[in-house]
Amino acid sequence: MVDPRTSVISDRLRGIGRIIAVSSGKGGVGKSLVATTLALTLARKGCRVGLFDLDFTSPSTHIILGAGNAKPTEEKGLIPPIVRGLEYMSLIYYVGDRAAPLRGADTSNALIELLAVTRWGNLDFLVIDMPPGIGDAVLDLIRLVGNIEFLIMTTPSQLAFETVKKFACLLQELKVPILGVVENMKMNGAGKIRVQTEQLGARFLGEIPFDPKVEEAIGNETKLLKTAIAEKTNEIATNLLKK
Amino acid sequence: MHEWALAEAVIAAATEVAKKEKLKDVTEVTIKVGELQQVEREILLFALKQLKPATFKNSRFRITKAKTTLKCRACCNTWLFQKAKLDAETAEAIHFVPEVAHTYIKCPRCGSPDFEIAEGRGIWLEKVKGAR
Repeated sequence: MVDPRTSVISDRLRGIGRIIAVSSGKGGVGKSLVATTLALTLARKGCRVGLFDLDFTSPSTHIILGAGNAKPTEEKGLIPPIVRGLEYMSLIYYVGDRAAPLRGADTSNALIELLAVTRWGNLDFLVIDMPPGIGDAVLDLIRLVGNIEFLIMTTPSQLAFETVKKFACLLQELKVPILGVVENMKMNGAGKIRVQTEQLGARFLGEIPFDPKVEEAIGNETKLLKTAIAEKTNEIATNLLKK
Repeated sequence: MHEWALAEAVIAAATEVAKKEKLKDVTEVTIKVGELQQVEREILLFALKQLKPATFKNSRFRITKAKTTLKCRACCNTWLFQKAKLDAETAEAIHFVPEVAHTYIKCPRCGSPDFEIAEGRGIWLEKVKGAR
């Protein structure tokens, strides 16, 4: 028996220029905020952008976006609604505010299902908000999405960076492109993460200072695009567009 | 017409199988559909017929249904999925992404959402027959 869904995924993603998975080894480092803000920034620069929340058990990009009651439409598959100028897909459409208690195999199946039936438009970028860690979602994307690139998030904490090392080494071994590492919630001190990232042979994309006002920006696009996170994503987006 | 997207997947996978087995004329494609996903047989069949490429012009599509068996990991209870017990919105959510069953369905014996979809989840390509 063959699972037919994996055979159609490359077709579904054919119209997408670049696919960027915003990832981390640990949770709570700001992936969702950076993924959402990066997607919004790219869209404000005139790009066609999709945002896909793959953090099935703890989705939050819909809250950051203030997505409201948007729903995909059914037309030979699922067409993501446009939310704040982004083609936006999330499991939240099907679970609402209820918990999705999924084990690994279920996560993998749900991910494959959504990749197989979602009809993205022609996009310049698809930004993916990943769950934390090197688990099913990472392995499935590496297996199924040929042109995936990873942007790895960390905080200044050595605990967070230890997992980044493992993550980056794995991606390097598998020859999967790493866009770079972003250090979030920087409080003070020397550029230890920058040095360590460069020692890994990965690109340090910069640091985002700890911004206590970011909480107020959740659900408010205008405020979000004025945060320190937006300043950094603007820089990242500008560099992405140069390539 | 979410079935259309699944039909495209079936045709893509069957084409891969036919190519691998060097089949020039595919005569029969057997698909197994689990009840959990509540795929509409007629719509799926219509889409398959519309989508079939030249190699499949003589092919027949056989669709078999599989009952969905759920097995509780907490108390080992096994039970069958019953669509009739769900409201329309829940049934539709499970139709699009069967795994969200874990959000809406609980073990009838112990109430746990931690169950395995042991059989009958979604769509499978069972067999591709043809001539070389």
